[in-house]
Amino acid sequence: MKSRLIALGATLTIVLAACTSGSSSSQPPASQPAASVPAASVPAASVPAASVPAASTGGGGQVNLTIESWRNDDLTIWQDTIIPAFEAKYPNIKVTFSPTAPTDYNATLDSKLQGGSAGDLIACRPFDLSLGLYNRGYLASLNDLPGMENFDSVAKSAWITDDGKNAFCVPMASVIHGFIYNKDIFTKLGITTLPTTLADFHAILDKIQKDGKYTPLVMGTKDQWESATMGFQNIGPNFWKGEDGRKALIAGTAKFTDAPYVNTWAELASWKPFLEKGVEGVAYPDAQQLMASGKGAIYPAGTWDIGYFESTGLKNIGFFGPPVQNAGDQCYISDHTDIAMGLNAKSAHSAEAKTFLSWVASTDFATLYANALPGFYSLNKNPVTVTDAVAQSAVDLRQTCKSTIRNSYQILSRGTPNLENDLWADTAADVNGTLTPQAAAAKVQAGLDSWYKPGNVPQPGESTAP
Amino acid sequence: MAIAQPRVRRRRIPWHLIVFLAPAVLIYTAFMVYPLFESLRLSLFSSNGSFVGTANYNQLLTDNNFAPRFWGALQNNVIFFAIHMLLQNPIGLLLAAILSTRILRGRAVYRTLIFAPTVLSVVIIGFIWKLFLSPLWGVAQGGLDAVGLGQLYQPWLGLSGSALIVVGLMSVWQFVGIPMLLFSAALLGISDEIIEAARVDGANSLRIFRSIQLPLIAPTVGIVAILTFVGNFNAFDLVYAVQGGLAGPDFSTDLLGTFFYRTFYGFQLQLGNPTMGATVAGMMFLIILFGVVLFLFGIQRRLQTVEL
Repeated sequence: MKSRLIALGATLTIVLAACTSGSSSSQPPASQPAASVPAASVPAASVPAASVPAASTGGGGQVNLTIESWRNDDLTIWQDTIIPAFEAKYPNIKVTFSPTAPTDYNATLDSKLQGGSAGDLIACRPFDLSLGLYNRGYLASLNDLPGMENFDSVAKSAWITDDGKNAFCVPMASVIHGFIYNKDIFTKLGITTLPTTLADFHAILDKIQKDGKYTPLVMGTKDQWESATMGFQNIGPNFWKGEDGRKALIAGTAKFTDAPYVNTWAELASWKPFLEKGVEGVAYPDAQQLMASGKGAIYPAGTWDIGYFESTGLKNIGFFGPPVQNAGDQCYISDHTDIAMGLNAKSAHSAEAKTFLSWVASTDFATLYANALPGFYSLNKNPVTVTDAVAQSAVDLRQTCKSTIRNSYQILSRGTPNLENDLWADTAADVNGTLTPQAAAAKVQAGLDSWYKPGNVPQPGESTAP
Repeated sequence: MAIAQPRVRRRRIPWHLIVFLAPAVLIYTAFMVYPLFESLRLSLFSSNGSFVGTANYNQLLTDNNFAPRFWGALQNNVIFFAIHMLLQNPIGLLLAAILSTRILRGRAVYRTLIFAPTVLSVVIIGFIWKLFLSPLWGVAQGGLDAVGLGQLYQPWLGLSGSALIVVGLMSVWQFVGIPMLLFSAALLGISDEIIEAARVDGANSLRIFRSIQLPLIAPTVGIVAILTFVGNFNAFDLVYAVQGGLAGPDFSTDLLGTFFYRTFYGFQLQLGNPTMGATVAGMMFLIILFGVVLFLFGIQRRLQTVEL
């Protein structure tokens, strides 16, 4: 009896130790910089509410506002450039930028909001995470905020209720997809015109391939998201006609098994011979470094990469938009809404916070922000001049092409299996050649069909755990 | 007179035991036992807070969305465990046996070197091996080229057929020091007199190992097996560091730990589902509990510990 008790005790101890020692290190994967994967929302274990005071009134009628954000990379830019510009204009308001690590942001913010210690201004992830906060009453409606008229419906779409009636965050920045190319290689090989159609694009790829000295197309598939984000969502809008196709998916009138989507996957599958050898094992930073080392010619990109390449010394680069199917087609670009700012509904200084948000909605802020962070574009309707030439050439695409956002972000990723996860895995398999375009399409659509009924949309944030 | 005294003593409350046990018991209860039962309780509720009994478990085991991922992760986990049992522990034992021979010079150096990866962060391990195996600048390809086997090179981490095995081998490489250390300690516990007696009787090293050392360290073999089992079925960090939370390619490296992580905390656009996550954790608990109980009552108790 005694020995059995000891054995039982030992069992419990081992199991307990096992069950509690599990996921201790939740480092963000090195391959997913916060900037590049908008809404990378991998919160670590629930973090106790930090002791950041909501807002405290300083002496002399001065008000302190605190900004919650996941962009800790941008801390110096906020401290040295953006906030001083605001404080110069509104000397009675002091602003503190208080970022959390991107992977911890969602969970930390949640517990701060529950505990009533969150800052006055809240950086908003796009779509469901922020919509959930609004539904639970943590974010205030900003319909009447002066400055909101500076944003069109695509810009606002990521931070608005499904019925389009209540906007709750001021759109701040988007990232644009396209292709970064090495100008030196293009000159050396005598490529003088940038591709506008897919035929042009493939002619150029063939030419670089024939020369043999450079990798024509630089993209890895190991981390999976590149294939979906820089491949599928990059060239796809030209196939599915931007917003029309995206909204048709939500309405249920289009399916991933339709021609535009299958053709997108077919085009991506045709990239394999032009990608570096062993693409299945190439991670995102590997691809970045290959391009930065000058050995790659064309890089399917998001504009956040511009800053990276310029900082590594690959200065002579250019940007072109995703090629269209036939000459003369209307072009579409993924101008993806990535970051916004909202108002804590329980803020003690909502009037001052609204002053700040109105300023964020202004063209002044847009210019300041877009130049401090090349590759992150203001969503403001008024055109913004960007001094970085490459970043400017990317945002110029807005003049000729119609903007859309990634089609998996709004509503369609609310269920299980998650559409975005499926797109990552199946698009990577499609590029690798282990899944045909038709099979990838069928798999993705089957996953979506298993839970999504158009018109019967589950709301995020309504349910809470016991 | 001498008989009555012990009776009185036995009635006294053993305060010293209580005082010494209390801190550990309280801390374990507050931070381990309570959260564990709380997590199990959570798995019996739906995400809107209503009690649903074992419906979550039913869904996990049978639903078209959850079941393939769960069984896939379990199967991968079994393979992952098998790799460790077939490689890590025998190699650990072999190394310990080699390092316990007196004739080898520099044993401490070898022991330290072999143990070194164990104390490194798993993020570093993952990073180093990702670099080794990188198709762009990895030494794997160059190394194979140098011996004329270049065409054998594949981007193993990116192929669904090989990724899990490669990750398993990384883990073996990292943790082989632990069984080695435990076996070394057990081997050191065997008194030299027995070994010498065997040698005088004409036994060679292999015979000594098979007939004397191995039987005497059998309980340690059991402990190592159970630690490997528990460690493997809780494994998460290496896969997360090397292959990301989606455990690619195509979920081929998805273990119960990464599956739990995605379910509980969410991933990218997937929102976290605490109750379903607790259900996955509950299944992990049951699997580990079942394995450990089976082992302790089925095997460990039959092993004889020989007092020397």
